Amino acid sequence: MSAVQETLQALRRSIAAIEPAATEAGQRFTCGAPAVDELLGGGFLRAAVHEIFAREAADAGAAAGFTAGLAARAAADGRRVIWVRQGFCVAETGALHAPGLAALGLDPRLLVVVTGPDAACVLQAGAEALRCPALGAVVIEPWGDPRSLDLTASRRLALAAEQSGVPALLLRIAAMPRPSAAATRWSVAAAPSRPLLANTPGHPAFDITLLRHRSGLESRRWRLEWHREHRLFHEPPPLPRPVVPLPAGRPASPGITRLARTG
Amino acid sequence: MANALRIAAVDRLGLSLGLTPGLTLADARARIPHLVAADMDRAADAALLARLADWCDRYTPLVAVEEPDGLVLDITGCAHFFAGEENLRRAVMEGLARSGLTVRGSVAGTPQAAGALARFGRKTLGRHDIVPPGEEEMAVRPLPAAALGVSPEVLLALTRAGLKTVGDLADRPSAPLAARFGADLPARLARILGREDVGISPRRPLPPCLVERRFAEPVAREEDIVAALAGLARRAGGILAERGEGGRRFEAAFFRADGRVTRLAVATGRPTRDAAVVMRLFRERLAALADPLDPGFGFDLLRLAVTVCEPLGESQTSLDGRTVEDEEVAALVDRLGARFGPAAVLRPAFVDTHIPERAVRMVPAASLDDSTTPACGWSAGRLDDPPARPVHLFDPPQPIEALAEVPDGPPLRFRWRRVLHEITRAEGPERIAPEWWRDEAGEEPTRDYYRVEDTAGRRFWVFRRGLFGEAPAPRWFLHGVFA
Repeated sequence: MSAVQETLQALRRSIAAIEPAATEAGQRFTCGAPAVDELLGGGFLRAAVHEIFAREAADAGAAAGFTAGLAARAAADGRRVIWVRQGFCVAETGALHAPGLAALGLDPRLLVVVTGPDAACVLQAGAEALRCPALGAVVIEPWGDPRSLDLTASRRLALAAEQSGVPALLLRIAAMPRPSAAATRWSVAAAPSRPLLANTPGHPAFDITLLRHRSGLESRRWRLEWHREHRLFHEPPPLPRPVVPLPAGRPASPGITRLARTG
Repeated sequence: MANALRIAAVDRLGLSLGLTPGLTLADARARIPHLVAADMDRAADAALLARLADWCDRYTPLVAVEEPDGLVLDITGCAHFFAGEENLRRAVMEGLARSGLTVRGSVAGTPQAAGALARFGRKTLGRHDIVPPGEEEMAVRPLPAAALGVSPEVLLALTRAGLKTVGDLADRPSAPLAARFGADLPARLARILGREDVGISPRRPLPPCLVERRFAEPVAREEDIVAALAGLARRAGGILAERGEGGRRFEAAFFRADGRVTRLAVATGRPTRDAAVVMRLFRERLAALADPLDPGFGFDLLRLAVTVCEPLGESQTSLDGRTVEDEEVAALVDRLGARFGPAAVLRPAFVDTHIPERAVRMVPAASLDDSTTPACGWSAGRLDDPPARPVHLFDPPQPIEALAEVPDGPPLRFRWRRVLHEITRAEGPERIAPEWWRDEAGEEPTRDYYRVEDTAGRRFWVFRRGLFGEAPAPRWFLHGVFA
């Protein structure tokens, strides 16, 4: 019996020797929600690639907000964040808006935005940025499923992140998950917020799904909310009432209101 | 014959046949039926002159173009590199003649004297190629008054007054000349006589630091070229270190043996004199070239100019090592800028305005200086409120079809990109008036912004442009998407 355990210990040691030494607490950054961080073994690995997919193209805002939140968490010590975007993303999803990022807690003064004409340039610039260990995080945002983003390209990114210890957040809008060297893969969609007074939209809420984890964790789903003051994600209490879509063709509130079609 | 086609320039053979510039083409054809004529192309002439000026850069960094057919080289302090003015002049003339051009050139104390002698000297008194210092007046006196380069009316007036040569004018007091022929004339006279020197307006300003390397044989291998450039970068670094300066902009000029000159420039966010850093930027730049550096038959001269210099002391490391990190990020920004162009590497700068699309100005990230942006600028409202500004902003705003309560209710549903969004929650309006001091016509309507959330939980920033009951009718736009 002890022989079996010794063999197991030896195997574990050799695996630990093969795997990059990144198990200490300083090598991870937390997202703030204990359930997520514990499942990941103490937070997101710094020296790795994390893929974040928008569930649908229309969830680009939510995915960008989630990514910005993670980048703000990873760069909480005041290091700079480089956000590499494909030029097409600006036309499709709009330009990154610094006041909005500032409102989420990602300091625009620490942000450098690189725009590449095509996906190959974006990946090249992203890999170049990842080799710089002085950064807090690198966000790489190609559009769609570019041919140049294959397994080799993602391995190159993973290798660069591993050597520099800078987390790479690969933001994928209008893309389908494919095999890659990412440590974790997420699918992000917008979630209904907890309304504030007078039924106004509340804090940013995300519906995130862990699609894949390198150590083979099962797919899990959470509903997270961004806490601006503490700059962290947390699991909000369940919604006080089920969200019912408004019936079409009826006014939102009872009573007589005049409606006008414009635009 | 105001609209007749006239000859602008003739070659040597044409001159010997009696053709002169100004003759009408019909007359010339009548005299010589097999005349070959080509349309005048000023743009091509200017381009040729610019190329020749580039080629002349190898003799002196100060080259000026005198449209339409002249080049002025300031060879002050350059002649001894070519074993004297006579040898330098011969080298330039022979080089230009090899490319099939008919060239006249002379060396004198002022650019105007040299130009006048080159254009008019030979006809009157034989060769006046090099004028010894102080003898400009002697040399130019016999030249015709046309050498002053005055307008045809003034020239006609001078001829009528019997003042036919420069010498005739030089003897007269300048005040009456100025009164009769314009204040311009005495100044031109003083310059051509060598009494006043205003220098030339070179095409490129003289860089603060310039190093070059000439090859005995043209070099074509890229490794050799890069190695030679690295040597130049080290030499430039040494010169800058002595001055306590660093370069912000480096320009490499590759002089091809056949006369073509290619220039590549790299810029750094902070002054540097580290040859390795500069060479890394140049390698990025060379790798990003659409058509690689074509050496042809090889380069025979390589020049590295530091066009912008700034003081650079010895760097001091702060206790937390943040300075080193900042340097690393600045170097990364420079590398990305060298490869993708400085316009692709930007950082947001705060602008104090309420108009959302103008609230951010993207500035080149190479100036990673936090001190220029006010710290308070980005703080956005109370932290227990949700963000008031979206993460993605559309510029221009996207038109949507919206159904809304009048006069100022939020939309109940809207259609954007062919998808219908039913609104469940809304906040607003946040009224943003146009900036009257920019809107001169006063036509820009007020905007009412709403934060809305649809049934899927997506949050949008929409606005109504204009008010109900006003003309033109209000329209709805989607301006941004919240997280």
